Amino acid sequence: MFGAGGGTSSYREIEETDLVLLWGSNAREAHPIFFHHLLKGVRRGARLVTIDPRRTTSAQWADLWLGIDVGSDIALANTMGREIIHAGLVNRDFVDRATTGYDDYAASVDEWTLEHGAAVTGVPAEAIREVAHAYATAETAQLCWTLGITEHHNATDNVLALINLSLLTGHIGRWGSGLVPVRGQNNVQGGGDMGALPNKLPGFQDVADHDARARFEEVWDAPIPPKPGRHLTLMYEAMEEGELRALYVVGENPVQSEADSGRIIRIMEGLDHLVVQDLFLTATAELAEVVLPAAGWGEAEGTFTSSERRVQRVRAALEPPGDARDDMSIITDLARALGHDWPDPDAEAVWDELRRLSPLHRGMRYDRLDALGGIQWPCPDEDHPGTPFLHGRLWTDDVGRPAPFHAVEHAPPRDELTGDYPIRLTTGRRLDSYNTGVQTGRYASPRRIGASIDVAVADADRLDIEDGDRVRVTSRRGSIVVPARRADDLRPGLAFMSIHFPDEADVNALTIDAWDPKSGTAEFKATAVRIEREHA
Amino acid sequence: MDLRLPTAPATEAEERAVDAVLGPPPDGPAGTVLPAPDGRVAYGGHAARRQRHLLLPGLLALQDASGWISPGGLGYLCERLTVPPAEAYGVASFYALLNVEDRGPVTVHVCDDVACAGAGERLIDELAARPDLRVVRSPCLGACDRAPACAVQRAGSRLGAAAPATAALEPTAPHVEVHQDRDRLRLLKRVDLADPGDLDDYVAHDGGDALTRAVALGPEGVLEELERSGLRGRGGAAFPIGRKWRAVRDEPGPRHIVANGDESEPGTFKDRLLMEGDPFAIVEALAIGALVVGADRGWIYVRGEYPDSVGRLEHAVDTAARAGWLDHVEVTVRTGAGAYICGEETALFRSIEGHRGEPAQKPPYPNEAGLFGRPTAVNNIETLAAVLDVLTTGGDAYAGMGTGRSTGTKLFSVSGAVADPGVYEVPMGTPLGDLLSEAGGVSGSSRIGAVLLGGAAGVFAGPADLDVPLSFEAAAERGLTLGSGAVVVFDDATDFGPVVRRIARFFAEESCGQCVPCRIGTVRQHEALVRLGSGRTLGTVDDERHRLADLDAVMTDASICGLGRTAASAVRSALRLGLRGVVA
Repeated sequence: MFGAGGGTSSYREIEETDLVLLWGSNAREAHPIFFHHLLKGVRRGARLVTIDPRRTTSAQWADLWLGIDVGSDIALANTMGREIIHAGLVNRDFVDRATTGYDDYAASVDEWTLEHGAAVTGVPAEAIREVAHAYATAETAQLCWTLGITEHHNATDNVLALINLSLLTGHIGRWGSGLVPVRGQNNVQGGGDMGALPNKLPGFQDVADHDARARFEEVWDAPIPPKPGRHLTLMYEAMEEGELRALYVVGENPVQSEADSGRIIRIMEGLDHLVVQDLFLTATAELAEVVLPAAGWGEAEGTFTSSERRVQRVRAALEPPGDARDDMSIITDLARALGHDWPDPDAEAVWDELRRLSPLHRGMRYDRLDALGGIQWPCPDEDHPGTPFLHGRLWTDDVGRPAPFHAVEHAPPRDELTGDYPIRLTTGRRLDSYNTGVQTGRYASPRRIGASIDVAVADADRLDIEDGDRVRVTSRRGSIVVPARRADDLRPGLAFMSIHFPDEADVNALTIDAWDPKSGTAEFKATAVRIEREHA
Repeated sequence: MDLRLPTAPATEAEERAVDAVLGPPPDGPAGTVLPAPDGRVAYGGHAARRQRHLLLPGLLALQDASGWISPGGLGYLCERLTVPPAEAYGVASFYALLNVEDRGPVTVHVCDDVACAGAGERLIDELAARPDLRVVRSPCLGACDRAPACAVQRAGSRLGAAAPATAALEPTAPHVEVHQDRDRLRLLKRVDLADPGDLDDYVAHDGGDALTRAVALGPEGVLEELERSGLRGRGGAAFPIGRKWRAVRDEPGPRHIVANGDESEPGTFKDRLLMEGDPFAIVEALAIGALVVGADRGWIYVRGEYPDSVGRLEHAVDTAARAGWLDHVEVTVRTGAGAYICGEETALFRSIEGHRGEPAQKPPYPNEAGLFGRPTAVNNIETLAAVLDVLTTGGDAYAGMGTGRSTGTKLFSVSGAVADPGVYEVPMGTPLGDLLSEAGGVSGSSRIGAVLLGGAAGVFAGPADLDVPLSFEAAAERGLTLGSGAVVVFDDATDFGPVVRRIARFFAEESCGQCVPCRIGTVRQHEALVRLGSGRTLGTVDDERHRLADLDAVMTDASICGLGRTAASAVRSALRLGLRGVVA
């Protein structure tokens, strides 16, 4: 947020806040541990508002659920912004002291009357008004989102639209008020922190920053290219065009997790060389020339960083099985094979090098991480207790760089609904499974539904579909056959598939590869499809 | 809340029954989480969960509709209230009057407790062969003066009470008889005289005078009168009501006031006489209490086995509210569902809130954190009736009645081997023997064997105790208790073995089970008494006595609530008096 890639708040804050806005997130199933913290807040009396096309299990906990049209998030946020402005609920003190660009923002949302917003989002004006007022008048509020916001062709604009609301109301930089993009894995935050981003060095230092680069070059004794690398989507394009000829995949299964999977398989098969490092022989690994068996989390030393920016130690409890080795040892040997004389790997030594180079992590000695039960960055020195929430500076006399409003325009999903493709298919997760199922598919769960498509009851009636009937689902890119379920949490015109069973129902054969140019995320959430019953 | 509901659908009758309690469903058709009409907005969350307190009324409605809590009915109720079905099942299975298994359309609960004993057994024998009935042994049904008593549940109708019951199982009319000269009666002065359904008749018999006086005095004035009166609670704990109400008033609002009509102590039926014979008095006293403590919600919790009390109180509340007596407080009558423990104040709160009636650790006390976590005044029915007497008599004059620190008059439920069983009102300090004489003296062999004072949680008094003055202090000095005011008389031909074992079984069955000393101790106590009675002891008789003494100490010291702490009381006194038949 505002330059640093992390949620602003601590988990504890959602337990103590007054209002939770859960936007484009079914955390009840997709982020159950985070939702557990959220429920503590609800039990203490926090109001919960969910915004989601489906009445998800999270939404069933909510005081108020808004069932918006898929991809109309900016329209809703801008309408809320206008309502907050016109109702005189703007936090003027905060806007004046700590932000820039308010006037342009106000002008940009002026067309978004409640009626206009209602027409575009499908949500009644009165309900939009209620949420806008609730957010603006809450003493503290947490605005949380996940892939319902980011898996769109305009993901970054979606996030900016939400940030605008927090700036308008001053729900940022205070205990209990913040912006919380909930992470899908235990260490997504850590990956970003360590520089696994095309334009960042560890600690979110820009590769274009000459001084930062120089510090790293000195310690690493190697030149660092000043040009940002490619993000994933651009990498695929480069592979497609033959610019990128070799790929080293660590702990990912793109053949099954990426949109338009047929295209990804073609790309992988066209490479000169593919190396996959993973715990399991995934569908992607099966295409590789070399597969490097990697250790799991209980078999390696290091740190994880959670969504609240808390760095925690992780320790090896077991030896890795067979030929598997931890990632650090594999990478070290790879470096040696490439002619670099790297020392024997040691997790703490690597960490201490990071501490020298990343001001955010400087104070996080291993013994301090142990003693304090993890530390939240930034932690600039060894006496610093860590930082529970970010951007507190915006409320101090020394505001520093103000937070900018960004006027953003609503842009509907790329995959249009037409007579031929009348149903909006959206995707998501279920509690019992994880992503493409690599880590969960081999375990039984009494809750597992398996590959299926959820069809609204009214649509199922119209299409003469009973539970378990096999249906053909066709998008502009592909067609699959799956069993159907009559779903009572969907309104007519909306269908849902989980992403967990690519082998049985390759939902990504249907999804569109339209992607957000700023973040590289694909529009998994909005596909136009046609559904027909398969006759035996 | 995302619920996993039973797949069985509710019947139309079940849906109607639940809707009658909760109102028509606001969302879409049953069985769908998507709200009507367009699936765009849904409200729920805290607003829905705040309805949790309607769970028990909903369960009772389902029981009445179907004769049991069917999975379909339970699922519909849970969906309406957003309560997980497993949790609601836990609540349903807690109560004796809720069947969680389908055992046919008619269930008969027959009292075989200490007062009904033989008469109850004969009725059970008579009904045992009937294939159309499920017969359940019940603890005391509060009709000890008219044994045998039973409660009949038929699918499609509310519970009906019968006493004296016959094999026809026809409900009997409410029984509100007094046995003493009316000029001596204060708490019972309108019972069997004024029409309990007619507010005008109530007013014609001095009803409303106390409320008028309370309004004139104001809260502080009433508290001073109560403190001067020395009135102490009649539910068993004898806490001064003035102090209790002041403590609630001193806490920040919103506050509640609760009338505890869950009269379940075996041998006790005096509150029933007040609720059925003078219901407006309870409502008037609750109105005064609400005024004094500053409560805006009032509750009357009546045990489920008293359908006539419920009906008359509901009518009285409606009538009084329409007449403007309750403009300052919203009063709700709630029905229990068969659980002795719900007479314990914190268990009663949990029951109203829609949870299993499990007592809470104290502190915090109800004056700080009671019903729904708010400051709460909770009073026994008789105590509330006595408040009217204090206000119409004046605190000082009231304190002049009775003896020492036990002021005013007290109701006693006299049953068992007396010529004229019933409820008697006497000044505090009246000797036990005099009370028995009022009730016509000992019947049967006409020689006293023992008197059980205070019910199952009470103490056996022997023939040598007839001179004890019935006051809190004098009873305590003699190792006795007034408790709930139950006085069950046994002649000297009584075999006390079955009596004491029935008491022990009562506690084993009524323990809520949350704390170990009580859950295990009450069962072990019953087992030891069965062995002592049969002569097949584990080790010697003395070994068994030691074991009972150990259990007594553990339960009395370590139980969370009064149930466990008094579960050994009657047994201890029976062994000390050497009552015949306890040890073979």
